Amino acid sequence: MYGIERGSRGLSGNGGSIGVNSLLRVQNIDVFYGDFHALWDVSLEVEEAFVVSIIGANGAGKSTLMNTIAGVLSPSKGTIEFHGKRINGLMPYQAVAEGISMVPEGRRVFPRLTVLENLEMGCYIHKARQKKDKVLRKIYELFPILEERRNQLSSTLSGGEQQMLAIGRALMCEPRLVLFDEISLGLSPLVIKNIYQRVKQINTEGITALLVEQDIQRSLKAAHKVYIMQSGRIRLEGRPGELSSENIHKAYFGL
Amino acid sequence: MLSILNELKVPITNGLLLGGLYGIIGIGMSMIFGIVRLVNLAHGDLIILASYLSLVAMTFFPVNPLFTLIVVIPVMCIIGFIIQYCLLNRILGKGMNPPLLIAFGLSIILQNLLLLIFTPDARTLLTSISVKTIPLGNFLNIPLVYLVDFIVALVSIALLSRFFNRTYMGKAIRAASDDEGAAQLMGINTKTIYAFAMALASGTAGIAGILVGMTFTFYPHTGPEYLIIAFGVVIIGGLGSLLGTFLGGLILGLAQLLGAHFLGPGFQLLSGYLILLIVLTFKPTGLFAKG
Repeated sequence: MYGIERGSRGLSGNGGSIGVNSLLRVQNIDVFYGDFHALWDVSLEVEEAFVVSIIGANGAGKSTLMNTIAGVLSPSKGTIEFHGKRINGLMPYQAVAEGISMVPEGRRVFPRLTVLENLEMGCYIHKARQKKDKVLRKIYELFPILEERRNQLSSTLSGGEQQMLAIGRALMCEPRLVLFDEISLGLSPLVIKNIYQRVKQINTEGITALLVEQDIQRSLKAAHKVYIMQSGRIRLEGRPGELSSENIHKAYFGL
Repeated sequence: MLSILNELKVPITNGLLLGGLYGIIGIGMSMIFGIVRLVNLAHGDLIILASYLSLVAMTFFPVNPLFTLIVVIPVMCIIGFIIQYCLLNRILGKGMNPPLLIAFGLSIILQNLLLLIFTPDARTLLTSISVKTIPLGNFLNIPLVYLVDFIVALVSIALLSRFFNRTYMGKAIRAASDDEGAAQLMGINTKTIYAFAMALASGTAGIAGILVGMTFTFYPHTGPEYLIIAFGVVIIGGLGSLLGTFLGGLILGLAQLLGAHFLGPGFQLLSGYLILLIVLTFKPTGLFAKG
C-alpha cells in the first residue's frame, strides 16, 4: 500500500519523495544541551502513514531527536516542518495542537490520577475534548484492560499496563504523528509483542509513527523505514529489506 | 467522667470550629506548595489584603461582610494570577531561593502598602454575627462567628475538591503537579495552569481574609501571624489532599484551645506548636500526606 519509492539518501539525493506525502521533514538540525552538542546536522523524513524507526545505542541522540520534534528542545540550526508548516521553536503544548503526540520514555503516566483521568489529560486540548467519548471507545477497544481499570490510580498498574495507558493517552488527541520513545523498555517479551501488535494496528488506521528502539531486530520488523544513529548523527538510512546486517552493525557501533 | 466532658466541651467545640478557619487559612498555602513547589511567604499578607478589600467594599455597600465575598474573591483571583504569571513564572526552575525572595519581597510590599493606605489602626469587619452566640440547649453556647467560619470553610473546601476532581482544569492542575514535563506533552500549558492554581489559592486567601476580619481584629502587619498558622496546618496535614489540610487545621485549633484550657491562655500558641513539633518528629510528611 505504501511502497517506498525512495532508496537510501545516497541514491535519491535530497529531492522530495515521489508518490508519497512527507508528513514530517527534519532538515540539518543541530541541538545543544547547554554546551554539549547532542545532535549534529540531523535530517530525517517521515512519510504519511509510515512506521519509521530510529535505532541506536544508548546516548546516540535518539531521545534528543524525539524531544526536539515534540518541542521540548529547540534546535539551534536547521528546520523542522510538519505537513509543510515550520514547527521548530514551538512549545510542546503547541506541538500537540499541531497533531504531534508523544509516548515519552519511561511512560510517565500521572501516578496520582486514575486511568480515566490520565486518558482525559490526553484530550486536554479543546478540539480533542469534543470527540472524547468516541476516541475513548476506540482506545478501550484497543486496550480493554484500560476500561476494566479505568477508576484505578495509574500507579497501581503493572509496567505493561502503564505503557498501554501511555499509548492510549497519546492517542486521545487524534494525532497525525505519534512519537514512541523506547516503548519496550523494562517489559517482558510477551508484553512487548502485544504492544507492538497494537502499534501496528494503530498504524493501519492511518496514524504515522516514529519509533525509537534499541532492539534492532524488532525495529527492522516493525518499520517501513529505519534510521540508524550514532554519536548524535544519522549514520545509515533505508528500508529494512535493503540494509545488510553488516552495514547496520557498522553504523550502530560507529565502526 | 461526665464532669471532665462537661469541663472540656467548650474548648473542644471552639477548637474544632476555629480549626475550620485554620483549614481555609492553610489550604491556599498547601495547594501552592504541592502544585508549584513554592513556599508562598506572602500568603498571610494576601489574607490580610483581602480583609482590607472587604473593609473597602463595605464602605461602598454597607452589607454583611460575607456578601463582599462576591467582590473580594474575583479581585484576589486576579491578583494571584498576575503574581504568578508576571513574577513567579519567570523564575520557575531556577532553584529554591529566587521564589522565596520574591514572595518575601511581596510580603514586605503588601504590608507597607496597607500601612500607607489604611494607617496602623486596628480594624475589624463589623457585623452582628461577631457578637451573637447560639445556645445548644443549656448544654453549650457556641459563638455564631466561629460556626459561620467553620461552615464557610467546609463548603469552600468541598467545592474546591469538586473542582479538582471534576473539571479538566482541576485535573490538569493535578497532572502538572505530578509530572510537569509529561503534562506539557499532553498539550497543557503548565505556566498558565500554575497561574490559575495561584489564582485559586489567592481566592481561598480571600475567603480566609473575610472570615479572619469578622472573627479577629487586624492590622497591616498581622499577615505573618496567619502565615505561621498556614505553615502549621500544612505541616500537620501534609501535602496532597484537601481534606488532609482541613483535618490538619482542626488538629491545630483543637491543640491550641485544649492547651489554653489546661495551661492557661498564655499557652494557646505554644501548645499548637508543640503538636507541630511532635508531628515533625514522628511523621515529617504530615499526618494525611498522599503519594
